Amino acid sequence: MSVADTPASSEGRRKEALDTVVIRFCGDSGDGMQLAGTQFTNVSAVFGNDVSTLPDFPAEIRAPIGTVAGVSGFQICFSSKDIFTPGDEVDTLVAMNPAALKSNVADLKRGGTLIVNEDAFEASNLKKAGYDHNPLEGDEALAAYRVHKVPMTRLTRDSVEGLGLSQSEADRSKNFFALGLVYWLYDRDSKPTVDWVQTKFAKKPEIAEANIRALKGGSNFGFSTEAFTVHYEVPPAKLAPGKYRKITGNEAVAMGLATAARLSNADVVFSGYPITPASDILHELSKFKHFGVTTFQAEDEIAAMAATCGAAFGGAMAVTASSGPGICLKGEAMGLGMITELPMVIIDVQRGGPSTGLPTKTEQSDLLLALFGRNGESPLPVIAPQTPGDCFWAIQEAMRIAVEFMTPVLLLSDGYIANGAEPWMVPNVSDIEPITVDFLTEPNVDDEFHPYLRDERLVRPWARAGTPGLEHRVGGLEKKDGTGNVEYSPENHQHMSDIRARKIANVADFIPEQEVDGPVSGDLLVLSWGGTFGSCRTAVRQAQEDGKSVTHAHLRYLNPFPRNLESIIRSYKKVLIPELNLGQLSLIIRSTYLVDAISFNKIQGKPFKVVEVLNKINDVLNS
Amino acid sequence: MSTLLPQLTAKDFASDQEIRWCPRCGDYSILAQMKKVLPELGIPREQFCFVSGIGCSSRFPYYMDTYGFHSIHGRAPAVATGVKLANPELQVWVITGDGDSLSIGGNHLMHAIRRNLDINIILFNNQIYGLTKGQYSPTSPLGSKTKSTPYGSVDNPLNPLSVAIGCEATFVARSVDVDTRHLAATLRRAAHHKGTSFVEVYQDCNVFNSGAFYYASKKGEKEDNIIYLEHGKPLIFGKKRDKGVRLNAHGRPEVVELSGISEDDLLFHDEEAEDPSLAFLLAQMRHPEFPEPLGVLRNVSRTVYDEAVRDQVAHARETLGEGDLEKLFNSGDTWVVEP
Repeated sequence: MSVADTPASSEGRRKEALDTVVIRFCGDSGDGMQLAGTQFTNVSAVFGNDVSTLPDFPAEIRAPIGTVAGVSGFQICFSSKDIFTPGDEVDTLVAMNPAALKSNVADLKRGGTLIVNEDAFEASNLKKAGYDHNPLEGDEALAAYRVHKVPMTRLTRDSVEGLGLSQSEADRSKNFFALGLVYWLYDRDSKPTVDWVQTKFAKKPEIAEANIRALKGGSNFGFSTEAFTVHYEVPPAKLAPGKYRKITGNEAVAMGLATAARLSNADVVFSGYPITPASDILHELSKFKHFGVTTFQAEDEIAAMAATCGAAFGGAMAVTASSGPGICLKGEAMGLGMITELPMVIIDVQRGGPSTGLPTKTEQSDLLLALFGRNGESPLPVIAPQTPGDCFWAIQEAMRIAVEFMTPVLLLSDGYIANGAEPWMVPNVSDIEPITVDFLTEPNVDDEFHPYLRDERLVRPWARAGTPGLEHRVGGLEKKDGTGNVEYSPENHQHMSDIRARKIANVADFIPEQEVDGPVSGDLLVLSWGGTFGSCRTAVRQAQEDGKSVTHAHLRYLNPFPRNLESIIRSYKKVLIPELNLGQLSLIIRSTYLVDAISFNKIQGKPFKVVEVLNKINDVLNS
Repeated sequence: MSTLLPQLTAKDFASDQEIRWCPRCGDYSILAQMKKVLPELGIPREQFCFVSGIGCSSRFPYYMDTYGFHSIHGRAPAVATGVKLANPELQVWVITGDGDSLSIGGNHLMHAIRRNLDINIILFNNQIYGLTKGQYSPTSPLGSKTKSTPYGSVDNPLNPLSVAIGCEATFVARSVDVDTRHLAATLRRAAHHKGTSFVEVYQDCNVFNSGAFYYASKKGEKEDNIIYLEHGKPLIFGKKRDKGVRLNAHGRPEVVELSGISEDDLLFHDEEAEDPSLAFLLAQMRHPEFPEPLGVLRNVSRTVYDEAVRDQVAHARETLGEGDLEKLFNSGDTWVVEP
């Protein structure tokens, strides 16, 4: 009997209910771990669990096979409860080779389930992973786990036998075997994956069949093997009623831009240059032309930024996206956008730095770059989304502020929320506020046009190049207020610098007040921003459940700060600022409010674990 | 009944800004010819947009009463790309210099040209950095003694026309600042060309590099040093039009006396040749070995970038319909959480 055939009976299996489970698939970069993880996420989301994911892959597309450097992982937390993070510790680890085991086993919790592809634990792979013996053979180190040695390579080959595939083709299905086994273990419905495979490989029916057989083979193996005495169910989460889909941060940004383009009276022109982890925004947007989105893959980052300035002058909602190294290159042209006072959005999907740094890992170390990374006095509004789904709303808000205040706006996403996924409540189109662009069409001073004549909020008008009677010149030189003519006088430069700064400060009156989660005064305020929302919120809630006097304020607006932030900060005895950098928000908060804020920093290319933040909260409260 | 556009004049294109180039700068002449040519094009004033980078020439947009963007050093072609993507109806002119376009902005120049964006690039070549007061530029001849090269420059200059042809520009021309009639005609032809028009203008910086192009501009001298190119005509030059250029047995150009030679044996100019070899050969003819060609070296037709971009958007709208947000949000797997 092939393992792909359905076993005869189902007696003797116990099913246990759990509320939250963390699984990690890890293997070689070519083992299809991202695919397995994404599929598990999809079926869990469709089933109704809350999900949160953490893809973790190497910067090299194909690092040397079998080495620790080439290990790719995908972690999913799925739950019957409302969750904010992909989880601290792993309950079930699937390791496809020795290198994956070596680099991931430390995250598996004691007593956790370890499923390994036993076939991959042969001499050369062990050597490449740096093992001097086979850890599966009586290794003390693995004694703390429930180890399942599964000959996945062989069983996958058995499953697909008769399809006429070469051995290497057959072996490519082993991620589906692993996935099937884990589906059985957690009582998942494999139908969404089967449907996906049939669509994806519609033109290669034998590959589709192989993957489906491998999936079934894995599932049947779990079902029929005595080794797995128990399997689990994680009931659906009680999310707010509504329709949901899964979304990543980069997808959400692209959808938000398509929405802005479709609902507003101006088209979107997006200019970008490929860079990890921002490229997916360009990929997604390039499919959205019929929403009124034009995409331009520029020759370099500088060109993408310069074209963004040009597109804004031409009357489009102009956007560019990059990551830290690209943002550095864009600096001069961002200053041009700033001094010409044209509306545009610059998206920085932050990654580990400096220089090329850790291209595929997350970090929050571009905050100071976003705030100050231009020559001269050039403040810009800075907004940071907090979850993947929030990127949809944050990008539209950034664009709205840009248009309302005639200024470039920075959106600080990060690799964690850009690639991470979560369930996202599908919004009603009618509930989305369109961005209304108020293009000037008539002269504003008798029969003349003064491009830098300001309204009460100090905002200048936007005249689309091509509008009759409003011909005017803008540029990077200092200009006279009102007419915009080049003007170098000392008084004027002071005046213009002050005006431009005050205009950005005025954004504080446009954005909502800061909200807090917890009592409005007390012992400790945890102040965080951007992608660390989930870990910080979970940690603070746990501390609150433990009876601690802790409140969480998560900043979305980094410049200007919400107008009530100072009074919030002064309502707590201590302020703790956890960040994935060496203390950048902390520096700003300390200097802005003269408060002795405590920094909590991590800079390992990884998000905070809840327990790390919780321990720090307790340390601070106890000190 | 059609509405006639009001007849514009050069004056209509003059802004109210005081022009701050040095006295007798070659830029004045180029500005004057531009203001003369634009009214002839039958395009409303608001449809013109001048984009520049940094340098003396890049002040140009401030002096034109059209839309204008004085951007940052070297990036004018990229800014112009954004302008055209947002508003393809505009006639966009990029005004640049030898340092702006060939040194700091070399990359953008190359890519604008190879995309065949519908813009007109006018490169004011004075072979010197003027605004920073006299350093050698990427077009300064080898051995140029300047503020930054007191012992003479040791790096080989770029030939702007060779660069443009190397990037397979669809329109490549050269003129001279004080050769007003020829300059106006060249600008006119550049304006009419669909796609990137690249025009090099020999421009005299009378403060830091005076006389660099006298050989091509001074009456009584230039006739022996330049050839006015005409499509379909043989290459003839000289004060008495007694000299010509023909290809020798190795396919290389050589200057010949016309006496005793049939005109049919001369090199005939074909600006529409798809193969850029002839245009490149002409670009390589440099003073003093050869007379330098003025006029249109190359004028061919190819897909225009901004049109192709617009066509894709139109095609997407046609085949997929106006974007349906409801459908987009609900794409992929969805599930419902019941109350």
